[in-house]
Amino acid sequence: MVKYSYFPGCSLKGTGRAYEESLLPVMKALDIELEELDDWNCCGATAYMAVDEVKACVMASRNLAIAEKLGHRELMAPCSACYLVLNKTKHYIHESPSVHHVLDEALKVANLSYSGNIPVKHPLDVLVNTIGLDAIKKRVKNPLKGLKVAPYYGCQIVRPYSTFDDQYNPTTMDRLLEAIGCTVVKDFPLKTRCCGGSLTGTLPEPGLLCSYIILKEALKRGADVIATVCPLCQFNLDGYHDKIEAKWESVRIPTVYFTQLMGLAFGMNERELGLHRGFIPMKPLPAAFAQPVAT
Amino acid sequence: MEMNQKEIRIGFYVCHCGSNIAAMVDCPDVAKYVGTLPNVVLSRDYKYMCSDPGQELIAKDIAEHKLNRIVVASCSPLLHEHTFRGAVEAGGVNPFFFHMVNIREHDSWVHTDRKEATEKAKGLSQAAIARVAKHKKLEQKKVPIHPDVLVVGGGIAGIHAAMTLANAGKKVYLVEREPSIGGHMAKFDKTFPTLDCAACILTPKMSAVGSHPNITLLSYSEVTKMSGYVGNYDVTVKRKPRYINEDLCTGCQDCISHCVFKEPKFADEFNENLSKRRPVYIPFPQATPQVVLIDPEVCLNFKRSVLTDKCKKTCVEACGEKKAIDFTQKETLLDIKVGTIIVSTGFQTFDAKRIPQYGYGKYPGVYTALEIERLVNTSGPTGGHVVLRDGKTEPKSIGIIHCVGSRDKKTNRWCSRVCCMYSMKLAHLLKEHTGAEVYNFYIDMRTPGKGYEEFYDKLLEEGNHFIRGRVGEVTDWAFTKEEEGKLVIRVEDTLAGYVRRIPVDMVVLATGIEPHSDSNDVRRLFNMSCGSEGFFLERHPKLAPVNTFNDGIYIAGCCQGPRDIPDTVAQAGAAAAECMALIDKGHIEQEPNTAFVLADECCGCKSCLPLCPYTAITFDEALGKASINEALCKGCGTCVAACPSGSIVQNLFDDEEIFSEIKGVLAYE
Amino acid sequence: MAELLRTIKYESDRVKGFGREVMSVPGCEQLESCIQCGTCSGVCPLSIYMDSTPRQVMELVRSDFKNEVLHSRTIWLCASCYACTVECPRQIRITDIMYELKQRAIHEGVYPKKFPIPVLAKEFHKMAHNHGRVTENWLATWMFLKTNWLAAIGMWKLGLGLFMRGRFSLKYEGIKRKGELARMMETVDNIDIDKLTDVKPKRKPAH
Repeated sequence: MVKYSYFPGCSLKGTGRAYEESLLPVMKALDIELEELDDWNCCGATAYMAVDEVKACVMASRNLAIAEKLGHRELMAPCSACYLVLNKTKHYIHESPSVHHVLDEALKVANLSYSGNIPVKHPLDVLVNTIGLDAIKKRVKNPLKGLKVAPYYGCQIVRPYSTFDDQYNPTTMDRLLEAIGCTVVKDFPLKTRCCGGSLTGTLPEPGLLCSYIILKEALKRGADVIATVCPLCQFNLDGYHDKIEAKWESVRIPTVYFTQLMGLAFGMNERELGLHRGFIPMKPLPAAFAQPVAT
Repeated sequence: MEMNQKEIRIGFYVCHCGSNIAAMVDCPDVAKYVGTLPNVVLSRDYKYMCSDPGQELIAKDIAEHKLNRIVVASCSPLLHEHTFRGAVEAGGVNPFFFHMVNIREHDSWVHTDRKEATEKAKGLSQAAIARVAKHKKLEQKKVPIHPDVLVVGGGIAGIHAAMTLANAGKKVYLVEREPSIGGHMAKFDKTFPTLDCAACILTPKMSAVGSHPNITLLSYSEVTKMSGYVGNYDVTVKRKPRYINEDLCTGCQDCISHCVFKEPKFADEFNENLSKRRPVYIPFPQATPQVVLIDPEVCLNFKRSVLTDKCKKTCVEACGEKKAIDFTQKETLLDIKVGTIIVSTGFQTFDAKRIPQYGYGKYPGVYTALEIERLVNTSGPTGGHVVLRDGKTEPKSIGIIHCVGSRDKKTNRWCSRVCCMYSMKLAHLLKEHTGAEVYNFYIDMRTPGKGYEEFYDKLLEEGNHFIRGRVGEVTDWAFTKEEEGKLVIRVEDTLAGYVRRIPVDMVVLATGIEPHSDSNDVRRLFNMSCGSEGFFLERHPKLAPVNTFNDGIYIAGCCQGPRDIPDTVAQAGAAAAECMALIDKGHIEQEPNTAFVLADECCGCKSCLPLCPYTAITFDEALGKASINEALCKGCGTCVAACPSGSIVQNLFDDEEIFSEIKGVLAYE
Repeated sequence: MAELLRTIKYESDRVKGFGREVMSVPGCEQLESCIQCGTCSGVCPLSIYMDSTPRQVMELVRSDFKNEVLHSRTIWLCASCYACTVECPRQIRITDIMYELKQRAIHEGVYPKKFPIPVLAKEFHKMAHNHGRVTENWLATWMFLKTNWLAAIGMWKLGLGLFMRGRFSLKYEGIKRKGELARMMETVDNIDIDKLTDVKPKRKPAH
């Protein structure tokens, strides 16, 4: 049993809860124990940084310090934005003495401290590079044969602090999806193109256009489903189809978390994996793996 | 040693170097301070010590004030130590009773506080005054120069250097790694800005090299070892097997047409893998030497087994009485002796796959510039018919992306100098061949050369598009109808201020020039230095551009830095002239700052032997003592510092001299 | 006749020292070496809608055109995808510079009123600050009420959809030790980070 500290982030408790619902059982099935940080707070993400970058780092550092209290375990952050901000804070700690000083002072009043050395990992990295594809393959009960998936990585797990994959053409998820039986859209050219991020919620046109381009191209390349690694990407690609249709054309294709696809391949129940929470249902599911298999 | 017993009378000079030193160091103040030091008879500051009046001043002072030691505080000894030693000698004092203090590179250029810089100059000068008092009289030795020259690399630089030397009557060995000389230039179609055919101007020179009585052409060979010193280099050349006897092959190429492979099947490197060749081949029609070779990786004769034996040796049959084919040929080593060496090993082009967002290797419509050179060439893979990789489609629109692997901190920081010009040349040729719409995407147009800006004008008049902007990405996903099935270039037209998406059929990547991936091995082989980029380092960027820090070894062409053909040829000529200057003089004077072993004290531990980078130390087993070959010693001091018994001493750097110098600098407060 | 705008710039239009100031912020230093090649704009997925391209924003900063930059919509359209940052041939961290400019615009209150992006940023900041966590649906609701409440009505369908799928939290998420976080933030408020330039690095990078 491998043990990781776990930072879910706000989205996984809200609009992105299907991510957590699928992540936890998949990790459990692979003998990975996740220990949720006690009283974790918002990572200090994107929108926060626009107001006060140093305070954003303070928010992140509180989480890192809480993680350090659990010992020098790796910290798993499934949301790309959290992954980025936590890593960015680490980066600033090492790079900027003045930021480091502020963080130390702030942590002191909370009786916390952070040495700067807790590795922050994305579950995709852990699954493929630590657990390994062989171990995953062993757990596959229903290979997702015939399911054509467009792997969509989004921005923030590869840029700019990519440590586990190529910044321009990441392939970690491609390999993972192939391991669970999926057919992967080869060299999906938009795999790291921005989904629109928080813009979709604020200035619909530019944000929606970003999502529309990705959805359209995935359909054009014959994908049945888009796999994501980030709750915001999932929300943007899944939640706005009505508006996209009203503006341009219908590009209805389901967008799911990669962990949901893994869960399906592991024979888990669709509902338990939160697949009912998507706006565009992943249906019809090929008969071979639509059946829940008792585990 | 009678000089040493005499009273020490030091003359000190501090140079202003115009304002280079004087702006940051108070020179009169330094002179005033040094004048108070023991043994200093005379202390002056002067505007330019290296000028004729400056040098004459030293000689005059020596006579008038009976000086017997001189210290000059000025620039780097690399620049003017020789000058001042000459001046000291002219004054009748042994040139090694001189010491130079570097208060420019080590002081005025690197500091911003005038007061502290002045203090530092005083401290350094005081050290030199203390040291020079302990200097000993030394003599320079003369070393004869072997008249033969080795030229490494047979591109246009090596060819031109070899021809120049050979025409002057020198014997030249020209070593080329590839089966033919010609280098990159042989692959080019036309040359900018005159658009004369590269082959037409190069191949006559190539065949002249091949037939010149003074040139020994060692193609398909590599230098594997070099030892010795200026004037007397011992070089070992590895000759790779061609499986063809060069002396017997007439270049008739009957063997090629008779090969059992009826169709060429293997990637043709000369055509940038855009066409195929057979296992037995000649790289290109004008290859020099006109000798075929066999590729053992694919030739069936080397793949014989009991089960499958498809080789009929039809090539041997075709060769007939000439009997040039020899499958038993092995790698051989050739030892040669030369006095001087020219390294002209050229460059490699940037690997376009390192910038994945431009899609090279992913989209078939993306080409490197070198591939296009072959594609537009009449003797190229398509006979000069410009078609895409499908072999039939002519491109209707072409985008040429400049600065691929140049001016980019993530890959190569430098400007490759030739890409703007060759991109325009290719734009012209592609337009001429296809009538396509041609777009050039550039960061800055750099056309500094004779007729180059005029060439840019010509291109503009021809209606080529020039868009100032570094391309963000090349993709194959379409957003608008016009983009369907095309490669889309996304770029900011920085002059118009718009981001644009431009669909094209063909993308040409103007890949930059970079050092060979094994340039570090070559550097070590010839004891040269490299800059941080990996290009070989010249002795002085302006005044000794073809010299290296290793006497007798010169560099020419792109191995020293990116440059075009005219500059390469000029450099090759300069390197040849440098060789001739040595050869015709017949000898050189050697620096006496060498190390020697005090035989009585050597304990025979041999720890110095492997440390010497010039293999100058040998060991006398009978006596159990190490000894140093003065001619080979470069005075680096490694052995001196390493010797556990302190029995190695170096001229100009003996303990007394160094400790005095340290005491001098510490005495300054 | 349409009103004409003066487009020439006089030296007095510059806020001298602004560029220097931005370039002295950790992470923004590389801007000095910008060669205006336009790679940032070429790769920016949002450049389609920007009034100035990212490249132009960089030059405006370097040339001290503070007012022009802080009023630009470009800084608010940056979605932090970091494409420009990883592709810049001079390794300029353009995204971080955009963040710096956003902070300055908010601080000086010069962003376009009712422009939803800075409002979202401020609401996000407030919510994270006060509760320790962010509840996305309430965040969106607040943002729409403050900018364009009509648009909020247009979002009813999405909200209902989320609610039906169990993705809409009615309660505010929050942390237990809110006081602790507040104290930490208070500490930060009392430190003048600009005066800390002399603090020496404490330890070497981990990797």
